[in-house]
Parts: sequence; C-alpha cells; structure tokens
Amino acid sequence: MRHIFVTILVALSSFAHAAVDTRLLTQLAAEDSDEKIIAIQKIAQSAEPDAKSILQSLADGNLNDPDGQPITINNRVRREIDGALAVLKLFDPSAVVRLNSVKEISTNVDASMAPMLRKAIAQESDVKVKALLVEVYALATLKDPDKDIRLAAVTALATSADPNNKSVLFEMSKPENEAETAVRMAAFRSYLQVKQRQTVVENVGRVFSGLSLASILLLAAMGLAITYGVMGVINMAHGELLMIGAYATFGVQSIFRTFFPAQLDWYVPVAIPVAFLAAAAVGVVLERTVIRWLYGRPLETLLATWGLSLILIQAARLIFGAQNVELANPSWMTGGVEVMPGIVLPLNRIFIIGFSLFVLTLVWVLMNKTRLGMFVRAVTQNRGMAGCVGVPTARIDTVAFALGAGIAGLGGVALSQIANVGPDMGQGYIVDSFMVVVLGGVGQLAGAVWAALGLGVATKFIEAGAGAVVAKILVLVFIIIFIQKRPQGLFALKGRFVES
Amino acid sequence: MHRRNFVKATAISIALATAGFSSLPAVAADTIKVGILHSLSGTMAISETALKETALMTIAEINAKGGVMGKKLEPVVVDPASNWPLFAEKARGLLTQDKVAVVFGCWTSVSRKSVNPVFKELNGLLFYPVQYEGEELEKNVFYTGAAPNQQAIPAVEYLMSKDGGSAKRFVLLGTDYVYPRTTNKILRAFLKSKGVAEADIMEDYTPFGHSDYQTIIAKIKKFSSEGKKTAVVSTINGDSNVPFYKELGNAGLKATDVPVVAFSVGEEELRGVDTKPLVGHLAAWNYFESIKNPTNEAFIKMYKDWAVKQKLPNAATVVTNDPMEATYIGIHMWAQAVEKAKSTDTDKVIAAMAGQTFKAPDGFLIKMDEKNHHLHKPVFIGEIKADGQFNVVWKTKGPIKAEPWSPYIAGNDKKKGEPEVAAK
Repeated sequence: MRHIFVTILVALSSFAHAAVDTRLLTQLAAEDSDEKIIAIQKIAQSAEPDAKSILQSLADGNLNDPDGQPITINNRVRREIDGALAVLKLFDPSAVVRLNSVKEISTNVDASMAPMLRKAIAQESDVKVKALLVEVYALATLKDPDKDIRLAAVTALATSADPNNKSVLFEMSKPENEAETAVRMAAFRSYLQVKQRQTVVENVGRVFSGLSLASILLLAAMGLAITYGVMGVINMAHGELLMIGAYATFGVQSIFRTFFPAQLDWYVPVAIPVAFLAAAAVGVVLERTVIRWLYGRPLETLLATWGLSLILIQAARLIFGAQNVELANPSWMTGGVEVMPGIVLPLNRIFIIGFSLFVLTLVWVLMNKTRLGMFVRAVTQNRGMAGCVGVPTARIDTVAFALGAGIAGLGGVALSQIANVGPDMGQGYIVDSFMVVVLGGVGQLAGAVWAALGLGVATKFIEAGAGAVVAKILVLVFIIIFIQKRPQGLFALKGRFVES
Repeated sequence: MHRRNFVKATAISIALATAGFSSLPAVAADTIKVGILHSLSGTMAISETALKETALMTIAEINAKGGVMGKKLEPVVVDPASNWPLFAEKARGLLTQDKVAVVFGCWTSVSRKSVNPVFKELNGLLFYPVQYEGEELEKNVFYTGAAPNQQAIPAVEYLMSKDGGSAKRFVLLGTDYVYPRTTNKILRAFLKSKGVAEADIMEDYTPFGHSDYQTIIAKIKKFSSEGKKTAVVSTINGDSNVPFYKELGNAGLKATDVPVVAFSVGEEELRGVDTKPLVGHLAAWNYFESIKNPTNEAFIKMYKDWAVKQKLPNAATVVTNDPMEATYIGIHMWAQAVEKAKSTDTDKVIAAMAGQTFKAPDGFLIKMDEKNHHLHKPVFIGEIKADGQFNVVWKTKGPIKAEPWSPYIAGNDKKKGEPEVAAK
C-alpha cells in the first residue's frame, strides 16, 4: 500500500504526510465513474486539510494512478469535483473565491446542504456573496416539509437573476408539485418577476450583440466611406485592404512570438499602426498605378479594382498559404465580464466596440479638424476651384485614398480578433461594407455610423427570432427596397460624385 | 505543382507486368495516376488541407515499398476551392484528362453529392474519407468515414447516459447544408423514439463561413435555463468552428453545464483555438490521436516526419485526426484491392474491395464490408483536454457495421444494404 500511496502523491509531494485515507486515493483511479464519485464524496466529507488540493489536482488532470498514468475524468466526475470543491471553499477567506463557490453550488444544490448554507449565511460579511447565499439557501429549502419555510424560499427567489430559477418556480406553482395554495401563489408571483427580469436581460444581450456587429460593420465600411463615399472610387478591392490589415496583425504576432514571447499579449497595440501603414502603403501603390487614371469612369474603376482584388488574394495565397492563419486573442481579450447576472459580455467584443469608436473619432477629426481633411473635402466638392486656390489635387487624391486604405487596415486588425484570417476573408465583407455606405448615403460619415448601427441591431433581433440564414435574406431584401425608395441613402451630401 | 512530377522522377525501374492492364488506355505505362480532390482554399481548407497531405504521405509510403503491381503511384492534386460545382468540374478533369485510376477526396456531403453523378457517368472510383449522414450508397464510391450509426447515434446515446450527463433536452446546431440537415433529421427521429418531446429539441443552422455566434450562444443559454439537463449536438463544419468555440469559451458556457458534442471537430480544427475554456466538451469519432497503440504511434510519427520534410506551416505542432486516418485506410485498402484484382479497372477493383482488411491506427483490424461499401469501425467519444487533444471517455468494444440507411428514417427498412446495380 505504501508504494502505491507514494506514486499517487507524486503531484502532491508537499502533502506526503497527508491525512486523506490512501484507500480513497486508489479508489479515485477506478475505471468506473460511480466508484470515483463515491471516493470524491468521501474525500470531501473527510474535511482533511489536503482534501482540497487533492481534488483540485484531480480536476486539473495532475493526479496519477498507481501506474503513473494521469487519472482521466469525464464531465460527470468533473461536475462532482466542482461541487465538492465549492463546498470546501465556502468558508474561504477571499470573497471572490466564496462568490464563485456559491455560484457553483447553486447549479447543483440539494436539501442536505441547507444547514451548511445557514451557517455560511450567518458568517458571511460580503453583501454580494450573502445575497447569493440567501438565494441558494432558498433553493435548498424549496422542498422543506414546513410550508412557512417553503413560502419564505419562493418569496426569496423573486429577486433571483438566475434564469434556471424561472423554471424551478414555474414547477412550484403547479398543483401536482406543491400542495399549499399560498406557496403556489407566491411561487407564481416570483416566477413572473424572474421572467420579467429575464426578458430585460435578453434584450440587453441582443442590443449588445447588435452593437458589436454594428462596430464590426462600421470598421469594415469606414475606409470605404472615404474612398467610395468621399472620393467616388468604387473600390472592389476594399475587402482585400481589410485582409492586408489582418495579415499585418498576423505578421506582428509572429514577430512577437519569435522575439518577444513574454510580451505576446501586447501585440495588438503594436499591430494597429503597422496594419494602418501596411494597408495605406498598398493603397498608395494602387492609387498611383491604377486608380488615378480612371477617375470619373466608375465602370472601368469597378472592373480594374475587382481585378486588383483577385491579384491581392492570389498574392496573399502565395505568401501566406491558402489556409487560414492562426491568431490568438491576447489574454486580456479572452473571457468576458458579467455586467448583469445572466449577461456575459465577451472582452474581445467590448474591445472592438471601443476600437471602432476610436477609429471613428480619428476619422472625424482628420476630416473636419485638419488642413488635410479640409483639402479632401474641398477637392470633393469642387475640384477645379480647389486647384485654382492652390490645393495640390492629385496629391490630395493619393493621400485620401491611402487614408481610406489605412482605415480599412485598422478594420482588419479588429476582424482578426473575432473572425478567421485567410486570403479570401475580404470577400465576405465587401458586400456588407457597400451595404453600409450606400444605405448611409454616399459621402457621409454620419450616415455610415447610423446605417451600421441600424443594420447591426436589426440583424441581431431578426436572428434571435428567425435564425441567421433568414436574417441575412431579410436584411438584403430590406436594403433593396430602401434603395429603390431612397436612392441617395439615409443622408445625402452634395459633391462631385453626387452631381456627376 | 512540383509534386505532380516528383514521383515520376523517382520511378525509373519498371515492372514487366503485361497482363491485367488498366482499362484506361492513356495511363502511362510506368505509373498509376491517382487523383486528390480536396479544397486547399476557402472555408473548408482548414479541414481538407491535412487530408491532401495525408494522401500524399500515404502514396509516398506505398511507393517507397515498391508501389502497386510494381508500378509507382503518381498523385494528381487539384484544388476545388470549397466551391461545390467546381468539385464536379475538377472531378471530371481528373477522370477524363488526367485519366486517374481512383480519386481520394471531398469532405462536405454537398461536394460529394456534386461529384457523384460524374463518377457514375464515367464509371470512376471515389474514396470518401469523412463521416457523413448516410442515405446514400453509390456503386462508384467507397465510404471510409462513419455512417450515422457509427458516430451520431452513439454520441447522443452517450449524452443521454449517466456518465454523459443524462441530457434530456437537445440543441441540434449545424451549418446549413445536406449533412447537418439529414443528420439532425435522423437524430430527431432517434430522440423521439427515446421519448424526448418535440419542445425539448431546438434546431438551428448558420451559413457556411458564419463567424458571429453571439445570437446562437445566447439562444443556447436561454434554452438550457428552461429546466432539465441540456446538451448541444454540433454539426458545424469548416472554419466557422473557430469563432463558435471562441464565443463559447468567452461566454463562459462550461462543459459541466451544457456539454457540446461535435461531429466535425477534431484535433486539426482545434489548432486555431484556445482550448482551456473548452475542457470537457466532446467529439465523437472513430479515431483520436491520443489512442495508444503501436500502429497509431507509427502513423503519427510518419505524419510528423512528413510535415517537417514538406515544411508544412506549423510543422512542429501538426496533429492527426479521424478523416486523416480514414484517408490512410482508404488508400491502403485500394492498393490492396488493386493488387488482388491485378488491375485498376473500376469494376474489378470494386469487386476486390469487398472484405479487404487493414490494420488501422485506431487499434483494430478494420474490414470493408462485403456488400455495403462502408468500413466496420469502432466508435470513440473523447473530451477536449487543455492541450487540444482528446481524452477517450467511452468506446465500443470493437468495430461495428455501418448502416448507411438509418433505421430511424421512414421507408429505409425496405432498402437493400448494397448499391443498386443499374441494368446494363
């Protein structure tokens, strides 16, 4: 027995004097899940000082069986360990640990836990943990033989934010599950309250995902709002400029992986200027070599830029390979924050919403508060007159196009964090980008913002009801009808494109 | 491009074989051409590129041992670019211009459906290496992946079992095309036969290449909160899986609360994902890289060496998966059948395929069924580990026979378990 015991505790050498019964440890390595679960329960109940660390290393896959192989666990065993650990951590000194522990207990609570929970409530000092404890205690006492305790329990659950309690309360309001009319009535009242709160939570969640989609649409379309909207270039290669931004991000990530692996988390901030410059440089080349010879000839521009987009896709395929490249979210962008009980907002999406606001501000300041922006607007409104007063119109065209391309590159950085990065990723965004710009009204930044918001939120609300496939169809149908009725888009601006 | 000729360069010594020559007259006397039809770009490239590499590796292995009937195999690689009609065009090109003896290829069922008429018309031979929905039995196709009863049904049975979490409600989630739709139709019928109510099944689809899974995750959360234990069955295909699993991890939906079992996600698809938040989610396959046996160790080593030799991207971290194993088995079985038939003639090879066996990396001696063109395969259910590999938590005792016509679809009981032979 002694040698097996030592093997098992390889991962736990500091607990070599462990007090947990060694037979229980061998039982943990049993083939049958039922055996494992009995062992886990016994270890948890033993309340030995090393019980917590043994269970934790079992959960992490660091506990070995007598043959030195890691003990494998399945979801059922994992659930059991989580529950047992949560109970052990209920009296932890840290309030955060206690909160997580109570949350874990709430998913799998039974009547036998009531005395322990009562003790925890009495000792609890943290308001948030206490509120949750009261709720979990209510869950544990729902089937109490005393009807007053049951009544108190269903009443306490009225303030619960946990969506699971909705169905629990609904079951309680049925005569076959609850004999007392008073308790049934109270349960139903609580059910209605929880349900109402759930509806609010759902709608907040939908608005957030709508905002998130809107921010992505806006980032994809903002560069186009300059090149197409302001300059009137139908740039079919816009999606590929997004792709260049995304690949630039990938390049920066690779450099960080190789040279600064410790700072890998911070590759995204570095990628932002790099992606901007890379896409802007490609923009300059495109403008100087192809597009400038085609101003005022929209059909030729369309065909030429479409050809350019194919060239860029193929170039990316040759350089990076046809397969998607792997971009990892930095650790500060993974996971989510729970803003309300029941709503977890993913951090990468929050970042992208913030980033789109930053880019929007940047573009607005550039276009409205700088000399360059003034020149661009002047050339747009009246090229001849702008030239007469000394604006270098040809150079302004180049700079404006490069700016639009650079902004697309910034969009690429954002996309790389949520979507797949591959040579033809741009194809998926070109239609969306044109949709936003055309719907918003050509030549208007504000139009693009409103259009992106409207499309984003509308798509998400339709998706919730009808599914992603139908949502896509409905949005396109809506845009076709809208453009028929109002070809100038939401907002119209006078400019050389609009006039010609 | 350059690969097309590299075999030729090595194939100098030629056998004297005169009898039983291929019925395809244009096949060069010194080599046998085999076609490889996998998407190397587009949404399916994430999954299919590795199959092309596996095929090339297996062909190189066979050639190193002297080829088939003394002749070297010459691979012809084409890229149908995740574009379904293009699959049919490329297949026709392989059969009529390159005159290949056999084609190894396709992943999605929609691509297989699009090439089926071509193989039928030209009497070609296709080896299809991916699990699929069944409801099909073509004379010109050998299916080396799983039929529904070798993957989908056991997976759902596991979810309903005590160890799988005794799930009572199911979300059937898929990409919008024939495989997920048909599989979910079978699963729905199966669940009903097990007494699961209509209201306890939610079905949802997303387009190919979909990347925004916020709404779907919110729906799953809501559905799972309405009482009873919920599990998700995912038939999402291609690179959509990356954003799906990212969103799943970020939204904090843990496997202990709502387990997701996937039918098209293996080691390869998980390479692009941070798997730490996904620990405990499941996949059902007939092979996992983590299965321990000497055949599998040799297979993994062969592929890793191949990746380094071919300078594949991320060669240091390449993985093997189920469809790669199925590709490997398929090519070897085809080679054995050609040796047995002493010919690459389609009909002779089809006849010789019946009952072929092969010692597969899954640890079993795998047999091609005498009649139904499917392999007898073992079923494994694995849980995702933090390192992107799978822990096998359930398996069948041995290989089980495929049922291409699912008994859960009405009218299938009358269908024969072998391809219909058209009157000549």
